[in-house]
Amino acid sequence: MSAHDTVYDGSSGEFVPPQELAAAATEPLLQVLGLQVEFHTRDGVAKVLNGVSYHVDAGETVAVLGESGSGKSVTAQAIMGILDTPPAFVTGGSVKFKGEELLTATAERRRMVRGEGIAMIFQDALSALNPVFTVGFQIAEQLRGRRGLSRAEAKKGAIELLEQVKIPNAAGRFGEYPHQFSGGMRQRAMIAMSLALDPEVLIADEPTTALDVTVQAQIMDLLAEIQRERNMGMVLITHDLGVVAEVADRIAVMYAGRIVESGDARSIYAEPGHPYTIALLESLPRLDLKGQQLNTIKGLPPNLTDIPPGCPFNPRCRMAQDICREQVPESVALADGRSSACHFAGELMQRA
Amino acid sequence: MPEAILEVRDLVKHFPVQVGVLFKRTIGHVKAVDGVSFDLARGETLGVVGESGCGKSTLAQVLMRLEKATSGTVRFEGRDIFGLAGQELRRLRRDIQIVLQDPYTSLNPRMTVGDLVGEPFEIHPDVAPKGERRRKVQELLDVVGLNPEHINRYPHQFSGGQRQRIGIARALALRPKVIICDEPVSALDVSVQAQVMNLLDTLQAEFDLSYVFIAHDLSVVRHLSDRVAVMYLGKVVEIGTDEQIYEHPTHPYTQALLSAVPVPDPELRGRREVIRLTGDVPSPVNPPSGCRFRTRCWKARDVCAQEEPALVDRLGHPSACHFAEEHPHVAVG
Repeated sequence: MSAHDTVYDGSSGEFVPPQELAAAATEPLLQVLGLQVEFHTRDGVAKVLNGVSYHVDAGETVAVLGESGSGKSVTAQAIMGILDTPPAFVTGGSVKFKGEELLTATAERRRMVRGEGIAMIFQDALSALNPVFTVGFQIAEQLRGRRGLSRAEAKKGAIELLEQVKIPNAAGRFGEYPHQFSGGMRQRAMIAMSLALDPEVLIADEPTTALDVTVQAQIMDLLAEIQRERNMGMVLITHDLGVVAEVADRIAVMYAGRIVESGDARSIYAEPGHPYTIALLESLPRLDLKGQQLNTIKGLPPNLTDIPPGCPFNPRCRMAQDICREQVPESVALADGRSSACHFAGELMQRA
Repeated sequence: MPEAILEVRDLVKHFPVQVGVLFKRTIGHVKAVDGVSFDLARGETLGVVGESGCGKSTLAQVLMRLEKATSGTVRFEGRDIFGLAGQELRRLRRDIQIVLQDPYTSLNPRMTVGDLVGEPFEIHPDVAPKGERRRKVQELLDVVGLNPEHINRYPHQFSGGQRQRIGIARALALRPKVIICDEPVSALDVSVQAQVMNLLDTLQAEFDLSYVFIAHDLSVVRHLSDRVAVMYLGKVVEIGTDEQIYEHPTHPYTQALLSAVPVPDPELRGRREVIRLTGDVPSPVNPPSGCRFRTRCWKARDVCAQEEPALVDRLGHPSACHFAEEHPHVAVG
């Protein structure tokens, strides 16, 4: 407990912003700092991201955990530069890849980073793949366009990639269309596609949500293996607390466009430092609570066009005090590189 | 065993696969449900788990009599539901209701909540006379935890969890005895999922309901179910109390399914044995001979290809495996 006290100094009001902590370390592979994104809709301006910061180093897996609408995928799209503008506008913050600012980079430079630097796989492989081209063509296309390979060389490369993701009879599968693949196979094909240009960071946006558990286990194994072999940084976007516990090194919990808590996976599960994380973990069905009512989080996530003043979680929080309804809590640095955006983070950690 | 409200025996549902435009030829059958038997006791919850394509939802459709069975019987309170017609069938429809998976497509966007929840009364006017309907609908909304004042709102004005509550209110309208829940929480976020599960639990006690609870999420099924049936390619491979299935599974598929569920505890990472199945579920048009699981099973031997294992008591509860045995250290937390 004394370790916590020396790091956390909430009583004197000395908050250390996570930015300073991050800057002190060596340059991370991918760093998102204070990212802000707005969507201009007919109902008004939706503040979808309100200062999101996280980073990924080579060889580590960072899980971004949050419910639908918390801004997990929008962050990923902003990193990749594939947000639809309009309605989405990046209004602040920075995205740095190996120290290079991406948000102000030219379109051509961003195109070069996409695929070679940072690649992404999507949740729904059926809609992410083009139904009128063969799977092989879609993988080989990148090798031809970006690496300048000939048709035959690209085909060879694509088949190798399909073999790497363990698609049986890869050479035969090269000429098949996405609809001829099963769900798990499609996800494998999309992973092969994302690996074509040897990315250093892989963003996996809910890669297994649409899959059955036995297939999900296969895909998560495959991703872990590929990551190990290539020493890639991985951002895993998910809402599944089980998947996160199995693969993540660090976790960033998102709520209403903010990172409300971050830190290493084990300690967050063992002693969560934000009321939202606590409630999320408690709402899981558990063996020892069978037959009882589950703990729930009352109410709903806020409407992003009208985020409540103060802490965005305050209307649903069991611990909410007056200060929570007035002041937006800063991210507070806790022990072991953890942080939590709660006015009472220090008390929570001591309670645990 | 208490009195069974629903008895399902050797239920089979095959869908023909046809080719040709004018002259259709049947070239095969999708064997969606292929010989399923179980009893549902009054006040009980039977969980049905399995991967996509195993026939869970077809089973729900047949139990609702939305699809006619190819063969087999379903008895509701002792009467075969496929033998009913006219008034009797209409009466049956009151007693068995369904809650569907997707709260975004199962509610007509042009109808208000009042119309949606009150529509069953149009077809069954004897349940609520015209003058009383509005009050009844408001009561129902109150029961499922929605604001009765919102009776004139449209579905798009509600969140996913609230829409699922509307679906539940509609299913409750005719005071059914059995509700079939077809993946009622899988489209919802964790925090909202817990709210809806609590609601289903409370309603069961309050209205003395029996549930057939279909889901692919094993921990959700365990939380609500008294008994659990595991389905694979149209067949029940193992059935038993939740403890028998989750603590002492004897069928290799059940064991693999349980071990593949990610456990939300990083401390267990790497310490848990996970059985990795290879490959995908075979096509239900042309299922493997003998045991249907044998193409993915690590225990498969010659006998599995030749002889179909029967779903009979092995080691305390029914399991359809020639080599049924307990496997240590497989449990879902």
